[in-house]
Amino acid sequence: MRLTPREERLRAGEGGEPARLALEQQIAVGEFFDAERFVPVTNVHMMGDTEVMGEAGLAFIERLAAAGARFTVPVTTNPRCVDFDRAAAVRQDPALVARERVLVGRLRALGAMQVDTCINYQSVYQPQFGEHLAWGDTGTVIWANSVAGARSNYEAGPAALAAGLTGVTPAYGYHLDAQRAGSLRFEVTCALGDWADWGALGGLVGRHTLDYWKVPVLAGLRVRPGGDDLKHFGAALASYGSCAMYHVAGVTPEARDETQAFRGRAPEARHVIDDAALAAFYRTYPADRSEIDVVVFSGPQLSVLEIRRIAEGLEGRRVHGNTGLLVTTNFANREMAVRLGYVKTIEDAGGRVLSGTCWYIMEPARMAAAFGWRNVLTNSAKIANIIGGYRLHPILRRTDVCLEAAVSGRLP
Amino acid sequence: MSVLTAPPGFGPDVEGELVLSRDTFSIRYDMDRETGVISRRGHALEGLSLAGKIVYFPAVQGGVAAGWAFLALAGRGVAPAGVLFGRTNPVMIQGLVLAGIPAMHRVQPDPFSVLATGDRVRMSPRRGVVERLPA
Repeated sequence: MRLTPREERLRAGEGGEPARLALEQQIAVGEFFDAERFVPVTNVHMMGDTEVMGEAGLAFIERLAAAGARFTVPVTTNPRCVDFDRAAAVRQDPALVARERVLVGRLRALGAMQVDTCINYQSVYQPQFGEHLAWGDTGTVIWANSVAGARSNYEAGPAALAAGLTGVTPAYGYHLDAQRAGSLRFEVTCALGDWADWGALGGLVGRHTLDYWKVPVLAGLRVRPGGDDLKHFGAALASYGSCAMYHVAGVTPEARDETQAFRGRAPEARHVIDDAALAAFYRTYPADRSEIDVVVFSGPQLSVLEIRRIAEGLEGRRVHGNTGLLVTTNFANREMAVRLGYVKTIEDAGGRVLSGTCWYIMEPARMAAAFGWRNVLTNSAKIANIIGGYRLHPILRRTDVCLEAAVSGRLP
Repeated sequence: MSVLTAPPGFGPDVEGELVLSRDTFSIRYDMDRETGVISRRGHALEGLSLAGKIVYFPAVQGGVAAGWAFLALAGRGVAPAGVLFGRTNPVMIQGLVLAGIPAMHRVQPDPFSVLATGDRVRMSPRRGVVERLPA
């Protein structure tokens, strides 16, 4: 890789040992993927939760902090495994809470902004077209590339950490024009009327794609997606397909039309997503029985608009005594929803609004055991995809079905 | 004699026993991260420990958990000695670099056509070659 004079100085240790180490790691990754240079980044979003880091990761961050490491660009954090204010109420392991407190302290010592959100693009930082980022959570990366037209690869915890220390990231993958061309064409003829439908569409497209280096293109949509629609679509597409970018012809900024989306090339493959395909996707998450143990609205954290929809569905009603109802969002949206009265409505109905966390990293198997939950009803395809791995039975349905089931305790 | 070739990869030369997988790899879904054993039911390598092995996967799945997970495996002494991929993604390589585990991708030809699980091999990432060693 060609280094600038500043990067040469960092490599020589003039920015301290942590920055030197970080740059060496970035060079190794960059050269692996044929990067020729670094690009400066304006914003870093870091995944670091105790579930994936383990003791070795915690010790690594401790060593960096002890060596005087400090971030040189704004670094924001993804959700934690716990809601510190409500951990006991949802029966979380006190040892997990303690580990997360230690980790938060260490990340803050490095200069991280502890925002604990996976919807930073909706409520913390809105990147601009062409801006280079080092973002971690897959749902945030796919939003940045696809909807904002900004540029980021998946930067896992240590990679985002390194970018925070050096202020640069290697220019390969989605930082380069060539990687951003559409590769697969999806003709979308199905009706899309709910966030769950958009997540299901993301799941379907993801199952066809299954490749970080492929860019799906949606064409023929009959409706124009809203922000939360694209949030669910992208999060599911990243979860099922490991994808980092998509285009929607006529909607997203690098796809004025299909020709631009594919940059003049022919699609490698073509698929059709019709009503039957969408219905079949829902059928891959069948009910194990009609009684519902818990209804989860999470993954990604909810916007204020989504919280409003949940509150409207529960206004003046009660969640069934044998059923739990959980919402996860970030600190800012929860505070707004308190002021707007939505949190009171949801809590009066018997639901909980958690903040700074996302349900699938809250040790869901342990929580389910503590409450006796066996099945999980959700409108999030991403949650449905992940939760099967925790030996819980996921059921994916539209938002109104989830709300009715929460009140009646059973699927309609 | 070089058996597999690839673009330059990461890390020093390493020798070990080869394990070939026909299935893709996700560290979150396929592996018990306490033991380094492939734990997902029905995976081609189910029940096998990757500790100290040179392992090949045709492709990878999954999100960013791999970024920290290899360091955690190395910390417990159950990490693979080296990893070969057909296609990989940034997260796998970021995690392997952090843990200092040698890695190569785009290996040619299909390892199943020239090597077998149990072969002793030397992978030389900088030269972009994998060689079979005498048994």
